[in-house]
Amino acid sequence: MHAVIPYVIAALLFGLGVYGVLRRRNAILVLMAVELMLNAVNLIFVTADVTTAAAAPHAGAVFALFVIVLAAAEVGVGLAIVLQLYRLRKIVAVDEVMLEAAPRDEPGQAVR
Amino acid sequence: MTVADALLLALGAIAVGGGALVVISSHLVRAGLYLVVSLGAIAGLYLVLGAELVAWVQVLVYVGAVVVLLLFAVMLTRAPIGASDDLDRPAWPALLVGGGVGLGLAVLLADAFRWTIHPLPRNGTAERMGEQIFGNWVLPFEVISILLLAALVGAIVLSRPDIGARPPEDGAPAVPEPEREAA
Repeated sequence: MHAVIPYVIAALLFGLGVYGVLRRRNAILVLMAVELMLNAVNLIFVTADVTTAAAAPHAGAVFALFVIVLAAAEVGVGLAIVLQLYRLRKIVAVDEVMLEAAPRDEPGQAVR
Repeated sequence: MTVADALLLALGAIAVGGGALVVISSHLVRAGLYLVVSLGAIAGLYLVLGAELVAWVQVLVYVGAVVVLLLFAVMLTRAPIGASDDLDRPAWPALLVGGGVGLGLAVLLADAFRWTIHPLPRNGTAERMGEQIFGNWVLPFEVISILLLAALVGAIVLSRPDIGARPPEDGAPAVPEPEREAA
């Protein structure tokens, strides 16, 4: 097996993820692009298992499992933030979030 | 060029093509479904590379749970069903950085590994992976379980509006009365 094939696939997937994060405005699409990047890293880990099998057996696959768990936690918290932002401001576009303005919660509008 | 190489090339083409459609599609829901295609092809790559357990966990957690969660979020934010033209920012900075990172990493890795042939490792079955996780990697395993619990609590706190809401200055309750009763 030529190890360079999955490595190059992973590099291209990572590039696609970076492109998606920078290109997309919708926060959910940004999260999808982040998932692509995490999967590229997982593919690197699993392929590294092939090229360094003697030094640490299955270490890359174990790390890939850990990254999958991290990704699940990340997407859970990320979607909670996106949904709360949508509930408060009715926006899902990441470049409409006002970072400099302090959030003014008006009573009645603050929830839902 | 062996059977494994041919499978890797085919599945990799599907994965990269699906990923490209995720980042250029103008339909939100279709982007999520292309993500399923891409992640499924990556699970196939794991199978070819001998990481059997990781492949099935990928199908269960990513294709099964994460994509469904993303599609739920698409519906909950009342995203447009059809094609929408306001999903994207200007292309050229993203193209420059993304293309630079992707092609740069590809050239770097291709130069590092050339066309060398590696034997496929032993199959990463659940038994062997379990020996490794609960032998060598038991401390990270425990730490990651604490992290999952923290993420769970954090997601619940974030999505409950009545926890941690600041009381407004005029003395009105932070949560309106019917809201409070519902909670």
